[in-house]
Amino acid sequence: MPNMIVCCKQVPDPEAPPSLFKVDSAANKMVIASDVKPVIGQYDEFALEAALRIKGKQGGKITVLSLGNKIARDVIKKSLAVGADELILLEDEAFEESDSWATAYALAAAIKKVGEYDVIFCGRQSSDWDAGQVGIGIAEILGIPAVTLARKVEFSDGSVKIDRVIPDGYETVDVAPPVLITVTSELGALRYPALKGIMAAGKKQPIVYKPADIGLESSQVGAAGRHINLSKLFQPVKEAKCEIIEGENGEEAGVNLALRLREAKLL
Amino acid sequence: MAENKGILVYGELTEGKLAAITTELLGCGRKLAGELNEELSCLLVSDSIGEAGKEAIAFGADKVYTAEDPSLKQYQVESYLQVIDRLVKDTAPRIVLFGQTAAGRDLAPHIAFKAETCLSTDCLDLSIDPETKLLLQTRPVYGGNAQATFVSELLPQIATIRSKAMSPLEQDDSRPGEVIPTKVEIDTSAIKVKVVETVKEEISGIKLEDAPAIVCGGRGIGSAEPFNTSLKELAELLHGAVGASRPPADNGWVSEAMHIGLTGKIVAPDIYFAVAISGASQHIAGCSGAKHIIAINKDPEANIFKEAELGVVGKYEEVIPALTGKLKELLSS
Ligand SMILES: Cc1cc2nc3c(=O)[nH]c(=O)nc-3n(C[C@H](O)[C@H](O)[C@H](O)COP(=O)(O)OP(=O)(O)OC[C@H]3O[C@@H](n4cnc5c(N)ncnc54)[C@H](O)[C@@H]3O)c2cc1C
Repeated sequence: MPNMIVCCKQVPDPEAPPSLFKVDSAANKMVIASDVKPVIGQYDEFALEAALRIKGKQGGKITVLSLGNKIARDVIKKSLAVGADELILLEDEAFEESDSWATAYALAAAIKKVGEYDVIFCGRQSSDWDAGQVGIGIAEILGIPAVTLARKVEFSDGSVKIDRVIPDGYETVDVAPPVLITVTSELGALRYPALKGIMAAGKKQPIVYKPADIGLESSQVGAAGRHINLSKLFQPVKEAKCEIIEGENGEEAGVNLALRLREAKLL
Repeated sequence: MAENKGILVYGELTEGKLAAITTELLGCGRKLAGELNEELSCLLVSDSIGEAGKEAIAFGADKVYTAEDPSLKQYQVESYLQVIDRLVKDTAPRIVLFGQTAAGRDLAPHIAFKAETCLSTDCLDLSIDPETKLLLQTRPVYGGNAQATFVSELLPQIATIRSKAMSPLEQDDSRPGEVIPTKVEIDTSAIKVKVVETVKEEISGIKLEDAPAIVCGGRGIGSAEPFNTSLKELAELLHGAVGASRPPADNGWVSEAMHIGLTGKIVAPDIYFAVAISGASQHIAGCSGAKHIIAINKDPEANIFKEAELGVVGKYEEVIPALTGKLKELLSS
């Protein structure tokens, strides 16, 4: 039965209206309106679903890892409610402002501490900084193969079969565990938690690791462990000036749009 | 350690010719090479490279390294990595550029972590800080809600570049340059991932990336059918193509190859109809290069009206057939 690890990041809801995301240029920081709720990153949820499907068929254990600071318990515990077995938080002020390098480095250190793993799942990219590097980085640090953009994953003794998205189609690959897999949206949405799962998750407490617990110095994590620095954050200005084409009803507006497109020589 | 110098572009081929993204990378690389007064080289990896090496020179490369071997016919991440990693070690470039393509997304993070440096993916702009000679790497963050410029002192400096973000140079077949074949030695014992089967989903008609007009449907379309009827009819009238936001692709209404956006295709047609699409920043990331965006959405508050030039507030079921009918009449007269 496979031991699986799923890396999940808490992010501000990426589907919140763009007007709620602002930049504080003086502080070089994103300012996100308080009505934007924290959620588990979308692709991390797909990754968790991939692990749950394997668990449903083959059994096995799912450990969820999340790195950050002030991780909202009700948000991350959704992973337990849908069926993960264990939740480990790398949670400390020192982990704040990690870049892809520092994140992958700390997650890999935590995975080494967990010890036994057959498949590590990550989302294809985070739903905030969108870099798409951490999964591959973990694989490089652990010295295991990485398969990206999975839309289907099957586990059988000694082999993992993955359908991965390629331009204009997909390819099926076969690899012996341990392997790191990044997951994309076609895999399918994360299942809803059942009431029983929610109750059980409520009682479980996550394990919390500080840098020292995974053998790292504070100089190796978070802002101090970064390999790349943010020198400027900005929002390009957009001039919003949409001309709305009216009509008595949809048909008339459609006809008027055709006339306007011709008049403006757009077609 | 040898001093890192020069710019290396990882080149890609489509049907034996230099891919459009590679000409864009060479255009950008040439500009950076000029700012640094260093060389621009390009690596091509394939089973058959043909004249593409010369093409890369015509598009701006000073040197083209070719890795040509039957085992490289199909992209396989570990074998390609061995070739790239070796060349990066042997030539010690200052900067390595990849396209933000299927291969580039896959290869660049591996190379960055192997070199223990860092990487900026999906860059829209690159320039050289004249004082430090470091690469200033600008990319969208928060799904495109903001942009960030990153800088690092670690070498080599690695970036992937979004397609259509940079301009290629005019092809000049008289440009001097050198094609250097490299010896390909793949350690097959290190290949762990075996490709068992490749399934290509054939898309009929014009490719999204080349289409002058795109009719893009979103979740509000509600099912597969309209993509093959009303949206397709409008697209065909305009000699264009039908695309989709992510939900129709995730729901299996359309092929994944039609998905436009941050995690799908990047398109830049003359005219883009966003039909029943709310206008999430991650979707706009894929179509903001369109010259004209036209929105059709029943919700007057939808964000897409902040991105569009012309819009209709209405149900697409009513608007699209009427629009297509009237356009047919106008375009034939
Ligand atoms: C990291 C990340 C990457 C992503 N990458 C992409 C990407 O590459 N591409 C992408 O598209 N999305 C991407 N997304 C998802 C994105 O955030 C949105 O969820 C998605 O774009 C929404 O698609 P939509 O506009 O079709 O659907 P919705 O947001 O559900 O909008 C549907 C719209 O249809 C309208 N509508 C409904 N019925 C009708 C009707 N009858 N007539 C007219 N209008 C109607 C509604 O008013 C609504 O505005 C990504 C998200 C994340 C977090």
